[in-house]
Amino acid sequence: MFAPLLHIPDGFINVPTSVIFMLLSAAGIAIALRGAKGELDDKTAPLAGLTTVFIFAAQMINFPVAAGTSGHLLGGALAAILIGPYAATLSITIVLLLQALLFADGGLIASGLNVFNLALVGVWGSHLIFLIIRKIMPKRKNFIPVAGFIAALIQVPLAATSFVIQYAIGAESTIPVSTVFTAMVSTHVLIGIGEALVTAFTLSAVLATRSDLVYGWKGIAPKLEIKKVNS
Amino acid sequence: MLVVVTTPITNWVSYLVYFSLIITVILVARLPLLTVFKRSLIEIPFVLFAVLMPFFGTGESYQVGGFTLYREGILAGTAIVAKGTLGVLGAITLSSTSTAREILRGLERLKLPALMVNIASFMLRYINVVTDEMERMRIARASRGFEAKGIRDWRILASVLATLFMRSYERGERVHLAMLSRGFTGVLPRTPDSPPRPRQYLQVVSLPLLALLIALSERILR
Repeated sequence: MFAPLLHIPDGFINVPTSVIFMLLSAAGIAIALRGAKGELDDKTAPLAGLTTVFIFAAQMINFPVAAGTSGHLLGGALAAILIGPYAATLSITIVLLLQALLFADGGLIASGLNVFNLALVGVWGSHLIFLIIRKIMPKRKNFIPVAGFIAALIQVPLAATSFVIQYAIGAESTIPVSTVFTAMVSTHVLIGIGEALVTAFTLSAVLATRSDLVYGWKGIAPKLEIKKVNS
Repeated sequence: MLVVVTTPITNWVSYLVYFSLIITVILVARLPLLTVFKRSLIEIPFVLFAVLMPFFGTGESYQVGGFTLYREGILAGTAIVAKGTLGVLGAITLSSTSTAREILRGLERLKLPALMVNIASFMLRYINVVTDEMERMRIARASRGFEAKGIRDWRILASVLATLFMRSYERGERVHLAMLSRGFTGVLPRTPDSPPRPRQYLQVVSLPLLALLIALSERILR
């Protein structure tokens, strides 16, 4: 959904903080690269490339809310459940990098901050929540969208909180942290509800036709069995 | 960019020089000014945030027309706008003077992992294919009388996303098979490019060096 402050430009957060988060993000990406290679081997580049395009394109679809306002999907939770957290981290990172390089959306020195919030906190946060919810709930196909709903719902304010933490550490601004926190988290709780609805709808539509593609379902899908039918 | 971000905003002369530097580059590169302006509108949410800033803060303050403005806040707000605008202008200059392919090649040279570069190049190669697919789906919906009005229509839009995902994924599989059948071994072949000449190095470092000089001279003069 519409994220007013998530793509941080350069100069908003000071350099030491940006560099620290750049290093953290680089470490996260290194882990994701290994994981994705293990999962997809030489298919990685074409498949992750096309899903990256998908996320990029998905963010262009407008979801009307009311009275002329509309929002778009962030896609962290959706990507994590559809293609797995490793590939999702890479996809979201590349979307963010290319947005910064080609569209000037988000700064270059600040890219570490953005990648950390959206590709690491967003994707892995929602992946963990999804795993926990999936564990508690019955292992049936129609519960996957429910788990996705909750994961997306929590993930968006979580990423916003991560931004507030960066703001608290290294913002060059005078607006008090508590004000920023209330504003960011309250708007992102609302955004999270929208994100959750769209994530759940999309997941259930994919599960209905190609459930074999959904990463979050693959692991627990029941094995095919041959049954004898009395005739 | 690093030099700009570390310059204190009170050195306003340096900022004037930074702006004239980047504007000179834009003019030398003959970029259409209107496009540059339009694309820098992306910064607006942060400008709004910066405008709010003078109303917050502690210490020295001024009374302007019934509002209390804080010196600290004004400085921080101006700093965000100035630095942000410089950053955006820099990125716009980069993306309008270099093709996406050149930027990727650059990232590769800067030792971004090969897999990341490959994923990014696949993305750039197929972005038009997928957005065209999306546009066809939009036209199909519109020609059947669908118009997204509110939250009730989200289910339909989400099914569009689902279809788009499946088509993209399946295209990815087909592309991979097509690559295999043409002898893909897991590594993309690349044409060797000529190493940059010293003159090019000089051109590349000239702008950051100039900016650094300005920042230093400002500091020494004080």
